[in-house]
Amino acid sequence: MALRLASRRLALASAAAPAPRIFARGMASVLEHTKGEPLSTVSEALSSSTAPTPPSKTTTIKEPEPEKSSKIKTFHIYRWNPDEPSSKPKMQSYTLDLNKTGPMMLDALIRIKNEVDPTLTFRRSCREGICGSCAMNIDGVNTLACLCRIPTETTKESRIYPLPHTYVVKDLVPDLTQFYKQYKSIKPYLQRSTPPPDGREYRQSHEDRRKLDGLYECILCACCSTSCPSYWWNQEEYLGPAVLLQSYRWIADSRDEKTEQRKDALNNSMTLYRCHTILNCSRTCPKGLNPALAIAEIKKSLAFA
Amino acid sequence: MSSAPSAESMKENDAGTSILARQRLNRPVAPHLMIYKAQITWYLSGLNRITGCLLSGGFYVFGALYLVAPYVGWHLETAVLAAAFAKWPAVLKVGAKVLVALPFTFHSFNGVRHLTWDTASMIDNKKVNQTGWTVVGLTVVSALLLAFL
Repeated sequence: MALRLASRRLALASAAAPAPRIFARGMASVLEHTKGEPLSTVSEALSSSTAPTPPSKTTTIKEPEPEKSSKIKTFHIYRWNPDEPSSKPKMQSYTLDLNKTGPMMLDALIRIKNEVDPTLTFRRSCREGICGSCAMNIDGVNTLACLCRIPTETTKESRIYPLPHTYVVKDLVPDLTQFYKQYKSIKPYLQRSTPPPDGREYRQSHEDRRKLDGLYECILCACCSTSCPSYWWNQEEYLGPAVLLQSYRWIADSRDEKTEQRKDALNNSMTLYRCHTILNCSRTCPKGLNPALAIAEIKKSLAFA
Repeated sequence: MSSAPSAESMKENDAGTSILARQRLNRPVAPHLMIYKAQITWYLSGLNRITGCLLSGGFYVFGALYLVAPYVGWHLETAVLAAAFAKWPAVLKVGAKVLVALPFTFHSFNGVRHLTWDTASMIDNKKVNQTGWTVVGLTVVSALLLAFL
């Protein structure tokens, strides 16, 4: 949002004066900042990632205590150090003995950090798929490292990248500021002006409560949003699957009284309708949720309002 | 505690924002298209858009040419085109027909899939996979049928 705009302004300060407003893609009412700034739209569309140095051109850090019976597997891990901002990101290779490593990708990362290379940086907390900290791209698919088994074929090499099309803070740690700001923008809390009829609590039928199943379980790990090509190109204005699923969680809640305002906030060309039903989101969700269905339900409720 | 942010804290916030903005100039963007696993979901979606652009673009270009043809002296009438096409060798004929038929059949079948999703049905991983491969099969078969007509 404002952050990305500010950085882009710095980057484009000498590029050109803003083009006439007539070329702007308008109507997005929730995120105002890119109105009248087609340059940002274009640069977003053309923004390319910074290609890391391939593993063939970097060193390999070997398993510390290999044995004869070792099951040695190679991991190529994305590295970038902000203390050397001018150097390119690179793919660092590590070999590990699977017999001495736990079953999950997170176990491999923790073992590398503890025993081989303490400079490797990643987020982790609960190690059981509850916190969503260790979301990353493993072998081409976004998932939680703690829920992802290490494939036991040692001939296949594993590749680990940060979440796609995010700004990298360090190694596997992405900058999720924008993601959290978007979450805040949908007002993820109960909005009511009338007091409960019995003066005690807001009641809900079993049927209404069931509508929230499959929505409230989301842990906001950002796997789905960063798997969405539409979110890659339009994340300044498009909310992305995770935040739209959360938005639907409050639209579907029978106790909420701001349903119409919530829908109005989504009813523009960018915020919701940049979803082109690509469906990478549902495919990748490590919790088995279905953000694509939630988005389709929002679109349907807007169309038949 | 005051409910509105004070001028002080706003200033602090702006400072934080500008620091983050400067950091982002240096931060690399994590790789995306090049590393994401090939999956039927986003491949068919991409193809749907590409074939849509090809079909509508081709239609507009030919339509425009057809409109200006009488003034420039070109002959784009159906009979002339058919006669020219008939002179091509058989391999080229079938090849050209397959090339035109594939985007058309794919976009038609996949379009139905997208329309179904807009009613919030058939959206789960298993069905998306099944209907995706069904569309691929139907596309190839019907394109070949059209090519050999």
